[in-house]
Amino acid sequence: MILTVMAAVPLLGALAITLMPRGQSSATAVKVVAVAASVLTLVLSLAMMADYDVGRGGYQLTEKHVWIEQFGVHYALGVNGIGVTLILLTTVLTPIVLLAAWDDRLPTSRSVNSYLAWMLVLEGLAIGVFSATDAFLFYVLFEATLVPIYFLIGSYGGPQRTYAAVKFLIYNLVGGLLMLASIVGLYVVTSRQGDATYLIGDLSNLDVSTTTERLLFLGFMAAFAIKAPLWPFHTWLPDAAASSTPSTQVLMVSVIDKIGTFGMLRWCLELFPGASDWASPVVITLAVISIIYGALLAIGQDDLRRLIAFTSVSHFGFIILGIFAFTSTSTAGSTLYMFNHGLSTAALFLVTGIMIARRGSASIQDFGGVQKIAPILSGVLLVAGLSSLSLPGLAPFVSEFMVLAGTFSRSIPAAAVATLGIVLAALYILLMYQRTMTGPLKEGTEGVHDLKPVEVASLAPALVLIVGLGFYPQPLLNVINPAVDEIVSHVGVGDPAPKTPTGLAQQTEGGEH
Amino acid sequence: MLELAWLLVAVPLVSGLGLLVWGKEGDRVGHLIGTAASSFSFIVGLICFFQILGRDEGDRSYSKSLFTWIEAGPFHVDMAYTFDQLSGLFVLLITGVGTLIHVYSIGYMEHDARRRRFFAYLNIFIASMLTLVLASDYLVLFLGWEGVGLASYLLIGFWQHKDSAAAAATKAFVVNRVGDVGMALAIMLMFAQFGTTAISEVNVSVNAASTSTATALGLLLLLGACGKSAQVPLQSWLLDAMEGPTPVSALIHAATMVTAGVYLVVRSNGVFDASEAARNAVIAVGLVTLLAGAWIGCAKDDIKKALAGSTMSQIGYMMLAAGLGPAGYAFAIFHLITHGFFKANLFLGAGSIMHGMDDDVEMRHYGALRAAMPVTFITFLFGYLAIIGFPGFSGFFSKDKIIETAFGHSFWVGLGALVGAGVTGFYMTRMMMMTFFSEKRWKEDVHPHESPKVMTYPLIALGALSLLGGAMMLGGWITDFLEPVVGHAEHEELAIPAWLLSVLITLVVAVGVALSYVLYSREPIAAETPADESVSFFSRAGRHELYGNELNEAVVVRPTRHLTRFLVFLDGKGVDGFVTGLADRLGDASQLLRKPQTGFVRSYALSIFGGSLVVVLALLAARLA
Amino acid sequence: MTEYITLSMILFTIGAVGVLVRRNAIVVFMCVELMLNATNLALVAFSRQHGNLDGQVAAFFVMVVAAAEVVVGLAIIVSIYRTRRTTTVDEASLLKL
Repeated sequence: MILTVMAAVPLLGALAITLMPRGQSSATAVKVVAVAASVLTLVLSLAMMADYDVGRGGYQLTEKHVWIEQFGVHYALGVNGIGVTLILLTTVLTPIVLLAAWDDRLPTSRSVNSYLAWMLVLEGLAIGVFSATDAFLFYVLFEATLVPIYFLIGSYGGPQRTYAAVKFLIYNLVGGLLMLASIVGLYVVTSRQGDATYLIGDLSNLDVSTTTERLLFLGFMAAFAIKAPLWPFHTWLPDAAASSTPSTQVLMVSVIDKIGTFGMLRWCLELFPGASDWASPVVITLAVISIIYGALLAIGQDDLRRLIAFTSVSHFGFIILGIFAFTSTSTAGSTLYMFNHGLSTAALFLVTGIMIARRGSASIQDFGGVQKIAPILSGVLLVAGLSSLSLPGLAPFVSEFMVLAGTFSRSIPAAAVATLGIVLAALYILLMYQRTMTGPLKEGTEGVHDLKPVEVASLAPALVLIVGLGFYPQPLLNVINPAVDEIVSHVGVGDPAPKTPTGLAQQTEGGEH
Repeated sequence: MLELAWLLVAVPLVSGLGLLVWGKEGDRVGHLIGTAASSFSFIVGLICFFQILGRDEGDRSYSKSLFTWIEAGPFHVDMAYTFDQLSGLFVLLITGVGTLIHVYSIGYMEHDARRRRFFAYLNIFIASMLTLVLASDYLVLFLGWEGVGLASYLLIGFWQHKDSAAAAATKAFVVNRVGDVGMALAIMLMFAQFGTTAISEVNVSVNAASTSTATALGLLLLLGACGKSAQVPLQSWLLDAMEGPTPVSALIHAATMVTAGVYLVVRSNGVFDASEAARNAVIAVGLVTLLAGAWIGCAKDDIKKALAGSTMSQIGYMMLAAGLGPAGYAFAIFHLITHGFFKANLFLGAGSIMHGMDDDVEMRHYGALRAAMPVTFITFLFGYLAIIGFPGFSGFFSKDKIIETAFGHSFWVGLGALVGAGVTGFYMTRMMMMTFFSEKRWKEDVHPHESPKVMTYPLIALGALSLLGGAMMLGGWITDFLEPVVGHAEHEELAIPAWLLSVLITLVVAVGVALSYVLYSREPIAAETPADESVSFFSRAGRHELYGNELNEAVVVRPTRHLTRFLVFLDGKGVDGFVTGLADRLGDASQLLRKPQTGFVRSYALSIFGGSLVVVLALLAARLA
Repeated sequence: MTEYITLSMILFTIGAVGVLVRRNAIVVFMCVELMLNATNLALVAFSRQHGNLDGQVAAFFVMVVAAAEVVVGLAIIVSIYRTRRTTTVDEASLLKL
């Protein structure tokens, strides 16, 4: 029940604030209600964590009602460790972005009511997506998330917003339709074998021919690769990020894009283990290309928002690489990476959003020497940036290293090339920092004053989590590990054993002496 | 106390982070808190060190796991530390020299508005460096490794209002990251190969693995070491790093952090023992760097850059010694420690000179400073005598041993090390001549004066250590002490007795010194650096740091920049162009279909009738057929 | 029997030609009605021939729909006339953009 309630609270909150009066006088009340709804959701998600039995693994807190009997469609929810992690990410980030959106200047004739309402709708839908255990329900919610983002970009974004919103919608819709084809295919397959069903438990032991499995896999994978985004399907992201408000960027990149990688883990690997194994060389290659390509493009950007969007392309490359390396280390690393990347990208988008709002420009060339007049701002940018370049001691390092170490034991070339990404990451972050923050103060930058206490308060939770999880990621890993072990053993490739395990050496030594 | 050794790291870390967060109110006492934190670590380090000294020789290593850092599948990393002979010596060096430099900085940074922040960074550095040397897992070591990189980045760019400082900081971090790729890959290889990344287990298990695995591991670790220790080919960042405040150069870029590469090689002795190819690579890197650094040191007129060249060169000696295997490990560490003393001394002395000369670093603007700054002069002289290896001073013992062992390995390697010693004598004498002797070449309005006591006392302490550091070699104490960690080596007999070699080395150094003395006292030194065209090729190449930057620019930077530009173009026109092109083609097709839609109701009606007619006819045809 | 069908066909053809050639919206509209009634005639005739009431029922449906259509159609024509001061169908080609 708690999952339904958790998804419903933000939706009801959205409904409430659409019904509230519009205009300046009630704006504060609207914001308070929105934040309250998201905080309530956060509290509920903590209650869910408390309810969730870490040791037991598997899908928990399940609920199931028949929805469309003829097609075997159920309203079925449930979470495993991966779902829990991502729901937590969603519920932690939403209050932060709502707080950060407090002072957003919206285009004239747009009301703050619908702006915040769309964000809450997005939160509710995301929670639904992360907990759906029925493929049909997942598909419906997956497509439904497009609507709030379309409006968030198209109505509240920058000058290029219409183009970006349409591009985003069509691009993702194409992926979604390919997935719909696979959803229909699943119906055909299951109804031939008996009763039609979309429940993940029934689908994961599907008995189909290799070709059918691969085709169905490709339909799902196409949708997720576009959403994630995997090279070469990434080009919608920089445009969408450059044309939306910071809060939208965070929700889009940190939460909604995770549906792509989450979908690969939950649906591709669980439903089509054979096909996933079959496709893994290609996917790994594309992921490695994403890592290097995204990083190189990030170096070449002048727009701060596009830069961060491309760093995300690179980071998603790491996540996908870890998933398709099929080792419990790399896959757990990828899951943790989703959480950490959400935090670090959120911090980056929000702090650059503040910079852009104050300077009135997103071009790196228009900044310079800001450190002098805004030390706290530059400190926050540096910490967020360092987390993006995976500095040890900050959360993303743990996950990135797990991905790389796991991948290394599967494929040395992939891991070696991907590791070059850490040099490029240092370049794109530090060059950006150097150009914006250091040197003499650039003319026109005087207006970039330091962070206000409210802004510090909204950013602090993300920063604290980034540092805390860098030194002690185990609480999250304990949640993730059982779920990942199940998936990895389901794929059935298994962890590569160490070539010369430690025991061996001691034995031979003992023999010699 | 050993079970509380984690306090060594925790106290400076908390102090550093606290000072950063505290805000303006902390400005009054920030430097005192920072210094206190560092002193606290020194005292804890001393107690721990004496505790392990008090134990039996075989039982001097203490390990403790604090908590599980990462666990997922077969990947398991404990946040654990090991306090043994090797890390104990390092802890004393880091916290001891570190605390002296903290004290010195109180005076040096007195007029800087951001002094609190400076001390915060110094504390973070101390914490990271201690993590590095205390780690008992390679991944934890990597945590400290990158932590010192971060502290170095922050401190090089401390005066970030200068573009050059910010650029130097970025460069240092990025070049180090190239080395880190090697380090990271090495750790991954350990995990894939042995299923563990614990230092002790890896260094044992490596014996059971193939030689090629050990070589690969060794070379990857060496790449990491090259980055951190500014060894060829990743040396280019160190000279630029002199943009940082001088105490930083002394602490990080001379005494401690840059020696982390040597520490890594010595700590991974199991890996290097298992692969001769990796050891030879270490020797080659060390030898090339020791000569290159000395060459650069001869040509630079900037006192800090000349000292930085010298640092490269001295670390080259340590690398060389580390590459010599069990015979050299202890000497590498010995030289590392004495170098920590005298190089910190020299750098702080340089800082004291700059303090009196209005932050001028140009040696050509110095001259005859010995009267104006007597304490600085005397202590600098001690550092000078130590680094050239004047008999009785610490450097004499440590460098001697390395050259001796090098000769034991191969004549040519020994010869290279010997030549390096002569060149060291040359450039250090040049520095002394240009700074303290010769005639005044001061700029107007510059009134050299001795530095305050808070700066000279640390100098005196370091000067004393430069003299007395050699005492560690008494009766071969340090080799015996380190033997349980680095392994035992039979002493190789040379063709000539050791004392004769010592005399020989001293003679070579004396030649270097004499040559320099003659060159720089015969005619007055120009107050401005002569133009590139008027000096020999050797000076020119040395000034340009042997064209390392130009090489990087041509081989790495420019191609990357072009590639980036090309990819930005490709992404817009190619990848995205394909997608938007697809959309455009669809639009064109729609335009074509739009043509018949005239908007006239009657034409639509006609097409409806026509259509129905066709349908009817088709039905009839089907019926009749 | 044939007479009814012939009449129906003639009426339908007149209506169709009217729709195609006339420009006045009212006339076009009346022609459409003519076609509908031609169809009704055919339906009733066939119903009678087969002795089956379905055709008559269908005719009633057509009448009801036609009535509704008249209401909507006339309303559109009136509003077009109000805005454009003309009822010529060729003038109303806005849909083309």
